Amino acid sequence: MYATRARRARPEPFALRPGIAERLGLPYMDATLGISAVGLVAFSVFVLGQATQHDVPGSPGYFVDRQTIYAILGLVGMYVLARIDYSRFRELRVGIYTFLCASVTAVFFFGFAARGSRRAFDLPFFSFQPSELGKLLLVLALAGFVIDGARRGSARQRTVRYLCLGLAPAALVFLQPDLGTSLVYGAITLAVMYVGGVPWTHFAVIGAALVALVALVLAIAPAIGTPILKGYQQERLTSFLDPSDAGYQQNQAKIAIGSGETSGRGDRATQTRLDFVPERHTDFIFAVIGERYGFMGAALVLSLYALLIWRALRIVTLSKNSYGTLVAGGIAAMLLFQVFVNVGMNLGIMPITGIPLPLLSYGGSSILATLLAVGVLQSIHVQARLSQKGRFAW
Amino acid sequence: MNGRSDELGPRTGNRLALRIAIFGGVALALFVVLFFRLWLLQVVGGEEYLAEAKNNRTREFRVSAPRGEILDRTGRILVANRTSLALQVNPDKLPEDPRERRAELARLAELTHTTLPKLRRTIREELKVAAGAPVTLRRDVGSYLVFYLEENQDRFPGVSVQRVFVRRYPHGTLAAHILGNVGEVSEEQLEEPTLRGLEPGDEIGQDGVEDTYDGFLRGTPGIERLQVDAFGQPTRNGQLVSQPPVPGDNLRLSIDSGVQEAGEAAMASFGLRGAFVTMDVHTGEILALGSYPTYEPSVFTRPMTQSQVDELYRDPVLAPLTDRAIAGLYPTGSTFKPITAIAALESGNLTTGEVIYDPGQLVVGGQVFTNAGEAANGSVSLVRALEVSSDVFFYTLGLRMWDTGDLQHWAHALGIGRPTGIDLPAGAVEGLVPSQKWRNDLYREGETERPWSAGDNVQLATGQGDLQTNPLQMAVAYAALANGGTVVTPHVGLQVDDAAGRVLREFDPGPRRQVRMDAGYREAILEGLHDAAQGGAGTSVDVFGDFPIPVAGKTGTAQRPPYEDQSWYGVLAPYPDPRIVTFVTMEEGGFGAEAAAPAARTILEAYFAGRLSEESKTGGEG
Repeated sequence: MYATRARRARPEPFALRPGIAERLGLPYMDATLGISAVGLVAFSVFVLGQATQHDVPGSPGYFVDRQTIYAILGLVGMYVLARIDYSRFRELRVGIYTFLCASVTAVFFFGFAARGSRRAFDLPFFSFQPSELGKLLLVLALAGFVIDGARRGSARQRTVRYLCLGLAPAALVFLQPDLGTSLVYGAITLAVMYVGGVPWTHFAVIGAALVALVALVLAIAPAIGTPILKGYQQERLTSFLDPSDAGYQQNQAKIAIGSGETSGRGDRATQTRLDFVPERHTDFIFAVIGERYGFMGAALVLSLYALLIWRALRIVTLSKNSYGTLVAGGIAAMLLFQVFVNVGMNLGIMPITGIPLPLLSYGGSSILATLLAVGVLQSIHVQARLSQKGRFAW
Repeated sequence: MNGRSDELGPRTGNRLALRIAIFGGVALALFVVLFFRLWLLQVVGGEEYLAEAKNNRTREFRVSAPRGEILDRTGRILVANRTSLALQVNPDKLPEDPRERRAELARLAELTHTTLPKLRRTIREELKVAAGAPVTLRRDVGSYLVFYLEENQDRFPGVSVQRVFVRRYPHGTLAAHILGNVGEVSEEQLEEPTLRGLEPGDEIGQDGVEDTYDGFLRGTPGIERLQVDAFGQPTRNGQLVSQPPVPGDNLRLSIDSGVQEAGEAAMASFGLRGAFVTMDVHTGEILALGSYPTYEPSVFTRPMTQSQVDELYRDPVLAPLTDRAIAGLYPTGSTFKPITAIAALESGNLTTGEVIYDPGQLVVGGQVFTNAGEAANGSVSLVRALEVSSDVFFYTLGLRMWDTGDLQHWAHALGIGRPTGIDLPAGAVEGLVPSQKWRNDLYREGETERPWSAGDNVQLATGQGDLQTNPLQMAVAYAALANGGTVVTPHVGLQVDDAAGRVLREFDPGPRRQVRMDAGYREAILEGLHDAAQGGAGTSVDVFGDFPIPVAGKTGTAQRPPYEDQSWYGVLAPYPDPRIVTFVTMEEGGFGAEAAAPAARTILEAYFAGRLSEESKTGGEG
């Protein structure tokens, strides 16, 4: 309430043209959140422009151009979502959930295969990976189910229901196979349940089950001859545990980041410029930043993420209703999980799971979905502000 | 907190705040971990990683150095270089998929005119020698092939074209046996201490002076440090440091290519297997040396066809690679007589004035030895005996020395039956001067049916029987007779020049040894040889009688059953103070004056070409 009064006490920044900013809804949005998101997107375009000039022979702007188009689309989408009351998604939860499951299933039938896995549709001008947008859809739907089912059944029944709802799409994505994204789904599910008030004891059981599952998948199943993960997945997941191991990608990424030292190597960067680091425009873009711009650049990027997640968590507490709280919590967890796993993977402290760095990695579906998620956060912020203002409607 | 309790129930408010706080705490902790790790990598360990990154991106490439040129004594180029394109394949970069790999190799085989199994064998064998190194499939590929490969690069991953230096022989077969050839260093050679530092694929001299003087000719390969990407491909403008290759130094030979050409032409005109050598009697410098049949040394610069291989390696009779001048082993016929003469004179078994009656034959131990053509020369002294080539005279000397060993001693002292020390790898042969001990040892071991007898020595005295020597050994012996007892070390290497023509090193191997020799004996023998070539009844007077320069020459006709007689001629010029010695032999050439002597005359004409044209002018005026 203090903030609102302070705002009223000062002259409006757009006072000279009263009504325009107000009509655009800008005063009700979280500026810090928007700036950090736009900053990261701009940085992504900047880095791709410098680091991928020679990747596609004959078209130096191949990745930049595409990333820019998706970023613009994403920013427009973000703004549109910010202007919509997110609460409507709660009512649409069944439709959203059905669409999510249908779209990640559809790639099995209509998707094109890249590197042995079917994840994306090949549309006329771009390819679309439904599991990326699915992250946001899962948050929106699951939060709705949690609110909806808050009073039905025992606590244990509810926990099992949420788990099933969350793990079904996760399993579908896992089968594509896309281990990384399915882990994000898992993280989202747990986060929504956590914010939704699932008892601690249930989490303890889930945690124990997880430990048992990991042991089964990584150690017991291969030992008895029925491996669940594919060989390369297993290798990636465990290679970071042994620094001397031939974890080539990770080692090269570590060398790249380390060689950036404090201020970076700029165009003299060799690790990421000469193909030593694989997937440098997607999963290992943080290594590019580390080598080119050094500790200063990499720390700036991390700070922007910290800012983004701080604002997301703040929005969790600001939300006008529980649905907003759950959605914001899910999105915050989704961002935090992806940033930590991806950057950790680049720094050699997390396994290679194929999770992109939100807003920075090249990839239309990812940047679009993340910006839409930020749009939903903005929407929650806007609705909270409006309700604080005395439920003014636009 | 309006509008919240309605949905999740009344108990959630405080608990939610706690949960969000924990959430925030976890997020904070995770970011602390990331920041700490980032700081550890970049600020604390940065230097180490930077060094690793730099090491990651450079590769060293060897740049082959051009070999030095080989020149004749006048500076005429005998061997030079040309650049050639070599097709190489890097087996590590071939497709991993066995089907694709096979398809690419099949395409390559077609391009290089070979078969898939052969190509695979080549790659396998090369990889045994040097795992991981690119394999040269074919040298001297045409530029059309290079263009084709460049246009179809995606169909030929791992295939590259490298610029290499290849030997060029502007005069075809000229001096082929002296020059030798170069070839890739073999697995065994790589282990030799003198060749340390070489790498598989490097070329070294494999025969001739290319081998002997390899250390001077080879040069030092340069090193180029290139920036490479993760696939080991050089990047654009990625040259970092370059240590340019040091070309090899030039080798100047003592060969006079005019004389060499004349000798080879003379041999070719007869078409008989044989050899010739012309040498300075004082220094041992070889002016010309050749063997017939010869070969094109350029065949070694590109892959050989089967018929070329058969021709070079599989023909035991023609054996074109064999240098008969230094590696042949033959009896010499009468050209051996001057050696018998000096042995007899020096050992007191003959005086220059002694007259021996030659009735045309000599009976030794019941065996009848006759003169060639069964001529009876009557009473002959040494000079006359050499002039008419009286066999009976020398049979007698052989008989006198049959168990004294003097003949063997002198033959050996003059260099017969022992290595000459020539600077050509093939010249390490010994040969054989049959001796009492040699045959008796064989007899004791049961390898021959009879012990040494006077007849053996009688045969040796005229250069027949078990004697095994070659034109070079004979030339060295004649040179010692001509120069008064200096046994020279024959050599073809004269000096090493750098690219600017400065002399870096001169080769003067010095004499092998000195043999004490009476000057009067030497004069008598040379006189006899002069008469043999240009006297009234000389054996080669038909060939050298009208030669404007006085010479001393001896014919030889070696019996080599079951073959036809072998023709020999040894000549010293000019008489009486010879500067050069020339020896010629032709297998199955018959009497010495029929084949070897005319060839020797052709060689002398070339050597004295300047003087001859002058003399014909003054002769015309007078």
